[in-house]
Amino acid sequence: MIGLGALLSHWRRRPGQLAALVMGLMLATALWSAVQAINAEARTAYDRAAALLDSQNLARLARPDNGPIPVADYVALRRQGYLVSPVIEARHDGLTLLGVDPLTAPPGVIPPDILGGATDFQELSGDTALVFISSETSAPTLNTATSAALPPDTGLADIATVAALSGQRDPSYLIVAAQQPASLPPIAGTLGLELRSAETAADLGELTGSFHLNLTAFGLLSFGVGLFIAHSAIGLAVEQRRQVIRTMRALGVPLRQVVVLMAGELLAIATIAGILGIALGYMIAAVLLPGVAGTLRGLYGAPVSGELGFDPIWAAWALLITLIGAAIAGAGALWRVARMPILAPALPRAWAMRHGRVLRWQAILGAAAILSAAGLAAFGQGLILAFSAIAALLLGAAVLLPPTLTAVLSLINPLARAPFGQWALADTRQQVPGLSLALMALLLALAANIGVSTMVGSFRDTFVTWIEQRLGSELYVFAEGDPDALRSFLEPRADAVLPVIGLERTVLGEASRVRALADHATYRDGWPLLDAVPDAWDQLYAGQAAFVNEQLQIRAGLSIGDRLPVAPGLDLLVAAIYADYGNPLGEVILGEAIFAATYPDIAPFGFAVRIDPAGVPELINALRAYGQSDRAISDQAAQRELSIQIFDRTFQITAALSALTLGVAGLAMLIAFLTLAQMRLPQVAPLWAMGETKNRLARGEVIRALILAALTFALALPVGLVLAWMLLNLVNTQAFGWRLPMVLYPGDWLQLAALAFLASGLAALWPALRLARLAPARLLQVFAHER
Amino acid sequence: MLLKLLQRSILHGAISRDGLLLSDVAGRAKLPMSKWEIDVVLTVSNLAKQFAGAASPVFSDVCFTLDAGHSVALTGESGSGKSTLLHLVAGLDHPSAGEIEIDQTGLSKLAEPELARLRRDHIGIVFQQFNLIPSLTVAANLSFQARLADRYDPDWAAALTEQLGLTDLVSRYPEELSGGQQQRVAIGRALAGKPKLILADEPTGNLDEATGDSVMASFHRLVSETDAALLMVTHSERLASKLQHRLHLSRGRLS
Repeated sequence: MIGLGALLSHWRRRPGQLAALVMGLMLATALWSAVQAINAEARTAYDRAAALLDSQNLARLARPDNGPIPVADYVALRRQGYLVSPVIEARHDGLTLLGVDPLTAPPGVIPPDILGGATDFQELSGDTALVFISSETSAPTLNTATSAALPPDTGLADIATVAALSGQRDPSYLIVAAQQPASLPPIAGTLGLELRSAETAADLGELTGSFHLNLTAFGLLSFGVGLFIAHSAIGLAVEQRRQVIRTMRALGVPLRQVVVLMAGELLAIATIAGILGIALGYMIAAVLLPGVAGTLRGLYGAPVSGELGFDPIWAAWALLITLIGAAIAGAGALWRVARMPILAPALPRAWAMRHGRVLRWQAILGAAAILSAAGLAAFGQGLILAFSAIAALLLGAAVLLPPTLTAVLSLINPLARAPFGQWALADTRQQVPGLSLALMALLLALAANIGVSTMVGSFRDTFVTWIEQRLGSELYVFAEGDPDALRSFLEPRADAVLPVIGLERTVLGEASRVRALADHATYRDGWPLLDAVPDAWDQLYAGQAAFVNEQLQIRAGLSIGDRLPVAPGLDLLVAAIYADYGNPLGEVILGEAIFAATYPDIAPFGFAVRIDPAGVPELINALRAYGQSDRAISDQAAQRELSIQIFDRTFQITAALSALTLGVAGLAMLIAFLTLAQMRLPQVAPLWAMGETKNRLARGEVIRALILAALTFALALPVGLVLAWMLLNLVNTQAFGWRLPMVLYPGDWLQLAALAFLASGLAALWPALRLARLAPARLLQVFAHER
Repeated sequence: MLLKLLQRSILHGAISRDGLLLSDVAGRAKLPMSKWEIDVVLTVSNLAKQFAGAASPVFSDVCFTLDAGHSVALTGESGSGKSTLLHLVAGLDHPSAGEIEIDQTGLSKLAEPELARLRRDHIGIVFQQFNLIPSLTVAANLSFQARLADRYDPDWAAALTEQLGLTDLVSRYPEELSGGQQQRVAIGRALAGKPKLILADEPTGNLDEATGDSVMASFHRLVSETDAALLMVTHSERLASKLQHRLHLSRGRLS
């Protein structure tokens, strides 16, 4: 305990260093655990959504056009002996209402906490109109009870209740029990209904997996940058206590005891920092979750609420990760303590020689990591390998930084003419080892920032151009009643009325939508194609070819000229590939005629209307008078705004994490400069004694920081651009299924460089000011303590 | 034990005229032999040290013994290996050849934790650079090793504090003290556990002459009170002359 007291007393005398260590671990934990909390919340919501009506992986019977199934058809099926149960799915006040029939629903369809609860679902009738919702869902206009098994924004009720609330009498689809009477023929195709297996609908977890992997990768990067601070602080604490440790050992404290005490000390600090980090992470997650929930709803239709729950298992995992992180950050320092000779080396030069060897090893390791990244990028397939390539790139760049900086500073040293300048450059080179971890953190944060902003910027530019081309019509009207009647209403009032028509199908094993385009200049002239044969549009409308979106092309490995089996007996040539940003599903476009011939029962669910833009308000009023609700009318501007809004939300959290990581790196710089400042006196005191003013020396300190920041930024820029290329061409292709052109934004780089200079300058300013104000007696102590 | 020592001395060298020092041509020294009822604290036999990569050893065939209550100055030119020899005796470094026994325990047989325990329980070290723990107060520094060894005696600590003139400084930190005051704390720390052997490496090397004399006066007085054996490395003739005996290390040999 005496030894522990001596070790711990170091922190009492240096509270700033303790704060740096706690803050590093805390920030690392906070950013990581925030991402994990968001992911966990989303996954819980997916699980609840997947469990609802689907716990037994039950198949469904639905109409090919997804329209309601007449009650008479349902009754006919039941009379034939098929075990089917009706479900009405409807929207009501922002909720998705699911009406089920408790008498015919197969076991497991209704969550057990509803069936076995105080209010028995089976005793409910349509008159009570009780709707079960999750605790985070608000439905003030309904008579509600809560169920923990339901996802957000979803209500489960008796089918009569939902029919009364929605006005829809016919079932949306029928749930098919797993075991059907053996004497009956297969149910598929009966009464023209389609049997859809549970797997046909894309699984939410699978769809959103890449989005969450993206978040996890950034969380990991933030965690790594935080660990740099912790590593830096722990390393510095060991360096500063080197003599104390030697003295303690000389006075009889065994080495093993010193190492155990230091490990215990680190464990205690990491536990405290971890708990603080979890609290901070929870707060960050609570702030970011509503945006992420909006993204997941908009992009994938995933029912994630914006409210964050507290999961003790999440907290325990986050704490464990912090402890593992602290162990990683402190392992090197503890290893150095364990290997530290009890006597100081006789030759001070030995340390410099050792550092020279470290630089050589760093150069070799960094080059190997960069080569691995290049190899993975060129030959690797899959999202994990794409992220591995990025990890190798970032690791390689970080490890290469110290040897690169040392080499560059050695090269430019002869350029300095004045003695002070020569000393400043030589001294900067000498400081590289002490600052290398903070500079690595800065490099990673800058590269991540450049990479992410380039990726998001490129994506946004491409997306905005694309959406403007794609939304070629002035008005979109969705059929609420008879589509033919709506078409007849629109045609005399518009230049052209183009049907919006399609159905969901599995194409080449991929969940896809098959849709049709009318032969009109709107599409021929405006529809953006990524690749196409010369007469693609002619082939499409001649019924000889199909277009596929980029997602289906990548997932199914299609190329222009391939044959595509669209439907039984219908193989078409792939004549074009088009961008389809924001769509998680594959898509096939057919000419209107061949679509109608293949799917004669499918009616348009809406119309794209070409009209003089000045006439849009008048037509909207006419449609209202016709009986269309506002929800079923959307003009081009509203559609465009909605799409861009969804897009912006998608990358909101990525941008937020990137900015937070940069903030953490700035903090790492500040801590590194502050702590190194305490060890700088022996370097600057001789210059002061030789006639340099303290103010000039202080200015030199700031300039040194700016030189290092500039060199680090110069290396971060190419790394960031390569990172952007990898994100655009490897990650996005795998995660979202689309490839994008890379756009460069030099203006953003200048802003970021200014920010890096500002952070480094400010970080160096405080220690510099302290140096400028230092009492001469303090500088004289340097000489008094020399042998 | 005494008989064994006498036999060894006779074997290796001749008794000097004053009867205090036994030495042989190889540089073996036995300190002191004025009384037969002495307690041998330190025995150094055929000790040699050669650093890795060095062409020749720093010293070789170094032999001497040191008894309780006696002091010896180890002198020599810069680089002659005085501090290296002291570090070997303290178990801080390992010899290339030979053996060191402290209180009849051979250091070569001890593992690092046992060496640490031996230092903690039996050796007090005074460094030229003081090597106080900067984050501990004077009182905590002074009692540090004694408490580690579980030999802390508050009365003795109080007496040391008073005799070293540190009474008003106990709550201060090392950086708030002058060099002389810091060295007094280091001396107090070395003596607080009443060790059998005190090793001092140029204890006044960082002090001016007057301060050094004052510190050494307190040091000698307190060492004699504890009946410890003192081995002091110094290049100061004046300081060496104040100790009972002297060993000179030159060109790798002890004389």
